[in-house]
Formats: sequence, structure tokens, C-alpha cells
Amino acid sequence: MAGSVKKTAWRKRLAIALQICVHIGALLPLLWLFVAVNDGRLGGDPVKELIHYLGMGTLRLLLLTLLVSPFARALHFGQLNRLRRPLGLWCFTWATLHFSAWLALDLGLDWSLIGTELVKRTYILLGFSAWLILFALAITSLPALMRRMRKNWKKLHGLLYPVVLLACWHFWWSVKSGWIEPAIYFAIALVLLVWRRDSISRWFASLRSS
Amino acid sequence: MLIKSPPPKLLTEAHATPESAYVSRRTLIKGVGAGIGGLLLARNAQALDLFGADKPQAAPRKPLDFAADKPAPELALTPEAKVTTHNNFYEFGTGKTDPAEHSQQLKTEPWTLTVEGEVEKPGTVDVWKLMGEIGLEERIYRMRCVEAWSMVIPWVGFELGKFLKRFAPTSRAKYVAFETLYDPEQMPGQRNRYVGGGVDYPYVEGLRMDEAMHPLSILSVGLYGKTLPPQNGAPIRLVVPWKYGFKGIKSIVKIKLVEHMPPTSWNKLAPQEYGFFANVNPAVDHPRWSQASERFIGPGGLFSVKRQPTLPFNGYAEEVASLYSGMDLKKFY
Repeated sequence: MAGSVKKTAWRKRLAIALQICVHIGALLPLLWLFVAVNDGRLGGDPVKELIHYLGMGTLRLLLLTLLVSPFARALHFGQLNRLRRPLGLWCFTWATLHFSAWLALDLGLDWSLIGTELVKRTYILLGFSAWLILFALAITSLPALMRRMRKNWKKLHGLLYPVVLLACWHFWWSVKSGWIEPAIYFAIALVLLVWRRDSISRWFASLRSS
Repeated sequence: MLIKSPPPKLLTEAHATPESAYVSRRTLIKGVGAGIGGLLLARNAQALDLFGADKPQAAPRKPLDFAADKPAPELALTPEAKVTTHNNFYEFGTGKTDPAEHSQQLKTEPWTLTVEGEVEKPGTVDVWKLMGEIGLEERIYRMRCVEAWSMVIPWVGFELGKFLKRFAPTSRAKYVAFETLYDPEQMPGQRNRYVGGGVDYPYVEGLRMDEAMHPLSILSVGLYGKTLPPQNGAPIRLVVPWKYGFKGIKSIVKIKLVEHMPPTSWNKLAPQEYGFFANVNPAVDHPRWSQASERFIGPGGLFSVKRQPTLPFNGYAEEVASLYSGMDLKKFY
């Protein structure tokens, strides 16, 4: 009995430590980015590199978010699920920075150009859709809203699965040359989604039942 | 023969652009001091750089003698540090800073350039000897990348047409094919498909004969008064200011005059995105972005980069639009 209490306390502490790691891990690269841009480390025109860096970070955070639940289940370590919220919110933060950099630095906040680009370029539309969904997921992460939404919350947050695919697709269509890197990310995403196929089919069922 | 004149809009916009840039010149001898000073600065900067441990020593650049171009107020220069750290040279990696980071060991001296094909007097020239005897001139040109950014760069070089005439092109010479060095030992992108962005190496480019003979087309051997750094295509590269930057093939080892349109690297990789002509054209979008405007990379920080309208033929319509009269530029992009 005492042993299991000890074990629970230890796991709780580990989960908190991991949570801190998530915060540091997501924040440090942004600080590095800030220093690197000011330092000229990203070259004479850091805009493309900046947007790319932020986009890749978003994608990695997305995949990491997807990894949490299966790991928690496989390790019988439910506390791990506490990592999902900070990971998801950081993912939204990175996506917002990625999107803002495109709006402000690449297109110079030229709204008519932004409008036509959003409509004309399928890969941008894909990215924008993914961001809109992440926005909805981030807003509904407020504990008060979470409680009020009850079952609908799970339905809404199942949208993370299509977001991952949208993000990979967005990456695939945005590259100028070389399909290897986006293909690797696509493959990882597919493996993770297949691993979670039970949750996904449950999510689909819940959507149909409503 | 029916000669169609370009639509009036082209002419109007061409007038607004700074072509006075290359009209009058004065001679200017650059001292050795600038070159050494630059090197010292670079070394100091590296010592103070927190991340600098892996930064390679910059390849030395030699000062050049040349006839200076007249600066045009409309063509504010892009700072040298930006011209030499923001490059597309996939032989050294696909990132914008990869070329500056990975090309400093490129052996550019000695360097020979072979001219062959449909010429009466084929030959191989020593590029470094050529620099001393051909009579170099500065050309301040806007460089418009197909990725919708532009720079203004003071190139040093000579007219491609004048150079080609030395080899006496025959009447069968309809196109000019260019080839970059193929040396996987020195170029990591040629060793590894992933590093090289999937491009089929060696990089090849081409021009129609009349484009090559146009006085705006130059072979450049320097920028900002000194020989080219490797990342900008040392020791010799093509500059065709009315075409997208990828036409400006770097580190050229071979020029072949040919009868038929030669293959070009980006066209081979993605024919629906990059044509043979690749003339700067705000009316024809890239499938994934608009070409109607561009980000000008000038002095100042990240937030001072401004978008400006892209001009037909990159502002050189007055000089070159007639080369394409009667051609459907939406089809021949």
C-alpha cells in the first residue's frame, strides 16, 4: 500500500517535471530565434528561414502532442496526459507566430494580397484551415469552457487528427524542391495516427451519433 | 513580318525604372585596403559571435580594377553583408545561409572556362587571367529572385556577348548552354540528393542567342568591387537582370553554343513552375505565390523590409521587351 502511494507521488512529480520540460523546450527555441535573427545568424534576409523554422516547430509540437496519449496508455502512466494541454497551447503559439510572420514579414500586411493568396494558393489555405482549428482548440482549453462543453469538447478536440494531416499536406505542397523531408513527416504522422486508430474510430463514432 | 509592340502599360512602367544606371561611367581604382579591412572586420565579428565556433573563415576576395557604374537614386544598394549571406546555391545546401557556411573551401583558383559547340574558334580561357585583361565594368542591377524577393547588387564583370564573339559563333548557334562545376568532393549538394534539394547536377542553364548577345547580359566576376565570394558563384557567373535569379548560373566551367534549346535545371525539376525563359513578369504568378510584388532586401532590420511592385522584365522592359515581341509570355514563362 505504502509502496503504491510512493509510486503515485513519484509519478506525479515526474509528470510535473516533464511539464516544466515542455515549457522550457518550447520557449528556448523561440528565444534562440530572437537572438539568431538579431545576430544575423539566419542570413541577410531571415524572413523565409524564420517562417520555415516556426512552421517546422509547429509540426514537431503537433506530432509530440499526438504521442502523449498512446504513451500514457502503454506505460500505464495517466499523469502523462497532463502534458497534452501545455503541448497543445505551445503548438498553437508556434502556429500563430508562423502565420503572423507570413502575414507581416513576407506579405507586409498587404491585406488585398493576403486575401488573394489565401484563396488562390491551396497550400496556404490548408495551413490557414489548420491554424483556425488550432485556434478553436486553444480557446476551448480554458478549464471553465472545458467543463461547460462536456462531450462536445472531446468531439471538437478530435479535430487534432485532421490538423496533423493538414499540416503535413501544407508542408508537402509548400516545398520548392526535395520531397524527402515532408515525406518523412507524413510517414511519422501516419504511423502515429494508425497507432491511435481506436481513439480515432471512437471519435468518428461520437461525431456520427450526435 | 508582323512586329507587335508591347502593350502600353509595359512602356509606362519601364519609364519609371532606373535604366540610367549603366549609361555613364567613371573610372575608379579600388584600393587593397578595403579588402583587408573587410577581412579583419569579419575576423573580429567571429571572435565576438556567441555561436561562431562553427563559422568557417571567409574565403579571401581580391580587389578588382573596373569602370564604375553611375549610382542611380532609384536603385538603393542592398548591403554587402546581405548580398553575401542570403544565397541560393543548392550545391552547398538549400538553406539561405548554407552557401555562405559551406562554400568557403571551394577551390576557385585556378579556374578555366571552356567555350565550345557552334563556334569557329573553340577554346579554354584562364578566368583569372581574363579578369586582368578584358576590361571590367561595374553594373548596378536589381536581382529579382523567383521566390519574390529582390536585391540591388553592384556587379563587376563584362558583357557576355562581347566575350562570345571572341569565339566566332557560327550561323547554327541559336542558343547558349551553360554548366556549373561538377565536383561532388567539394559540393555536398552534389554528393547527397537530400542536401542538394533533388536537383539533377551539374546545374545547367541556357539563353537564346539574342538574349545572350544583349548588352545587359553579363558574366560577373565580382561584386562590391572585389572578386565574388564562393556563395555568390565565384569565380565567374551569369547575370541576366530581366530574368529570375535562377537563370544566373554560378561557378561556370563550360559554355556551349548549340542549335536547339538546351535543358535547364529548374525547368527539368518542375516544368510547370519554371520555364526556359523565366522573364520577370508580374502578370504571371508562380503556382504557389504571386509575382505581382516583391520584398526588397535593403538596409535595415527585419521589419524594414518592404514590399514593392514587381516591374515587367524587372524594370528593363525598355531594353529587352522587343526581344519577345509576338510571343505569348503567359505560355513561355
